[in-house]
Amino acid sequence: MATDQDPQIRVENLYKVFGTDPHSVMPLVHEGLGKDDLLARTGHALGLKDINLDIQKGEIFVIMGLSGSGKSTLIRHFNRLIDPTEGAIFIDGVDVMSLTQKELEDFRRHKMSMVFQRFGLLPHRTVLENVAFGLAVQNAPKTERNAKAREWLATVGLEGYEDQYPSQLSGGQQQRVGLARALCTDPEILLMDEAFSALDPLIRSGMQDQLIELQDKLHKTIVFITHDLDEALRLGDRIAILKDGALSQVGKPEEILLNPADDYVEAFVRDVNRARVLSVDVVMQPPQCRLTTANIDDALKQMRGWKEDYAYVFHDDEYQGVVTQDALEEVCEKPDRNPPLHEVAKEGPVLQPDMALQDALPATLECEYPVPVVGEDGEYQGTLSKEDMVEVLANSNEETSDKEAPKVA
Amino acid sequence: MADASWLTKFPAMERADLVALRKAMDGGYREFSRTYGDAIESFFDPLLMFLVWFEKLLLGAPWVVVLAVLVGLTYAASRSWKLSGLVLGAFLLIGYFGMWADTMRTLSIITVATLLSIALGIPIGIAMARSDRVQAMVTPVLDIMQTMPAFVYLIPVVMLLGIGKVPGIIAVVIYAIPPVIRLTNLGIRLVDREVLEAATAFGANKAQRLWNVQLPLAMPNIMAGINQTIMMALAMVVIASMIGVKGLGQPVLKSITNQYFTLGLLNGLAIVAIAIMFDRVSQAYAKRSQKHLESVHGD
Ligand SMILES: Nc1ncnc2c1ncn2[C@@H]1O[C@H](COP(=O)(O)OP(=O)(O)OP(=O)(O)O)[C@@H](O)[C@H]1O
Ligand SMILES: [Mg+2]
Repeated sequence: MATDQDPQIRVENLYKVFGTDPHSVMPLVHEGLGKDDLLARTGHALGLKDINLDIQKGEIFVIMGLSGSGKSTLIRHFNRLIDPTEGAIFIDGVDVMSLTQKELEDFRRHKMSMVFQRFGLLPHRTVLENVAFGLAVQNAPKTERNAKAREWLATVGLEGYEDQYPSQLSGGQQQRVGLARALCTDPEILLMDEAFSALDPLIRSGMQDQLIELQDKLHKTIVFITHDLDEALRLGDRIAILKDGALSQVGKPEEILLNPADDYVEAFVRDVNRARVLSVDVVMQPPQCRLTTANIDDALKQMRGWKEDYAYVFHDDEYQGVVTQDALEEVCEKPDRNPPLHEVAKEGPVLQPDMALQDALPATLECEYPVPVVGEDGEYQGTLSKEDMVEVLANSNEETSDKEAPKVA
Repeated sequence: MADASWLTKFPAMERADLVALRKAMDGGYREFSRTYGDAIESFFDPLLMFLVWFEKLLLGAPWVVVLAVLVGLTYAASRSWKLSGLVLGAFLLIGYFGMWADTMRTLSIITVATLLSIALGIPIGIAMARSDRVQAMVTPVLDIMQTMPAFVYLIPVVMLLGIGKVPGIIAVVIYAIPPVIRLTNLGIRLVDREVLEAATAFGANKAQRLWNVQLPLAMPNIMAGINQTIMMALAMVVIASMIGVKGLGQPVLKSITNQYFTLGLLNGLAIVAIAIMFDRVSQAYAKRSQKHLESVHGD
């Protein structure tokens, strides 16, 4: 039934109210009563409010928000550890609320697995038994599940720890066991609830690298929860920001950075080091000043038309370099006055589209003219000037959000 | 005269009414036990047979064999030579002072009562942990069982089943079962939510969660409950001897009525020795089986 374009996870009008009689207070929630007011008036806690989401196959979808914003509540709806008060969740087009207990258990065994903030390992089982737990629940034969578990342990770099108990491992190692356990059942969807939050910064960054590396091979659908924006920007193909149970914004990392939807999101992104997070292609200007002739006189004419004293030279669609008006005029005055343009062109700095801004910074600041951005095959993608750079890094969201908005891919 | 006396004298119900009430209730219960007593007694027949068989086994086997088994079990459970040596010494002394047979009887009744308490108590504790309603219903019953003087509930048991081993063991179980129930319930409720959630998230069903997560993680608490249950069963042995349970309790009872201090003391010390043995052995076993909890990195 599900086609490739269908989202792997679809959430529709999801509401969750905690309390003794959630349905009785739903009219108030629909009237728009806030979380605090609802709690004061009825003693019910508003966990989630009108969530609509599509999560695509193969993407890393990050859910972000402050403590208590409902991240854990939301992710636990996907495998129905929590039942919604209102609304629907579809996984590959199947309404999870329609599953019987037996079907639900089957679905949890094969379709998705979860990694927990405090690891959630069985303390009385060895590392190997923990990794094999998902398969043991499925009643897979012992030799088979142990073989698979060993494989995954090796993949996460824990070979030789099979017979240890979780308490004998460090936090980072324990979480690797958690990750191996989740991957061991070969699920399509990986739910990770603040999986790296309990780890030291260094270990954490190592785990992020490992996750990215694994994802390049495995192409799972990963729903990743964090309250750390740096982590979100690093891992996320798309990011959703939750506030008090409602979605503030969903978008690609650069959209969130450059166009925060409200003050809440802006407060989140304010302290981000944009130079490190944003890449050149996100902030570059569209291509301009591209000479379409090999003749120097025509070139001069074109440049006068643009009212610029520089231009970029291409040969067979491949970037050759830059020429200035002064240089061309000098060449014109020489007796042998007609060399091909690309021989006159000066090789200057070039940027790659996927470069981080901080790496592009020196070249951009030293260059008199906007630095051309050139793809791997030499194709011209855009330019980045000193002024563009300053504007983006000056952290003035209001200005950038107006100007940069249309260029965000 | 009727105007002020209610202040100085509690307005109790008339004596005659009270007598009538007591008579009615006792009569009703007697009627009940007369009609169903035999049926209930035959219900407990398998228990009696097991009890008798076990007691005969302990009494019939050569004392050397019994002693070897006891010391062997102690070592198997605790892996401690010191403890095993202590048990050996204690039982040699018990035998030397002529209390071997009584000790074997007590040992058998304690063992059976403990097994029965575990077999009943753990499922009840699980049911309590699963449902707040069951917990709300069972907790007051446990409170009553633990605070009611033991002599009081001996009465209906004796009325129903007479005097003998079975009523004795029932009284012991009633007295001793609350800790194992309470601590099973507590232990399961204290199981780390995230670990249980993880099991659920991997598709474990109720039974898999119980056997793979809840019971193993609750085991330290359950073991503590079992330990307390054994201790309480031992304490009950003297009282149960009043309704015909043979063993170390009877000489104690006899020495109270006849003021034989030394006899009482010796038998009392034998009970203490058994208690210490059960306590240390079960604790050492519990500790050994929870080795994985000794964390290296902290938690
Ligand atoms: N079982 C529950 N009963 C009542 N209220 C609950 C329950 N679970 C969650 N809540 C409420 O729902 C809100 C969201 O909680 P949730 O655990 O999803 O937050 P979170 O974003 O995961 O926070 P954290 O970053 O601290 O993990 C909180 O305000 C909390 O009080
Ligand atoms: Mg949370």
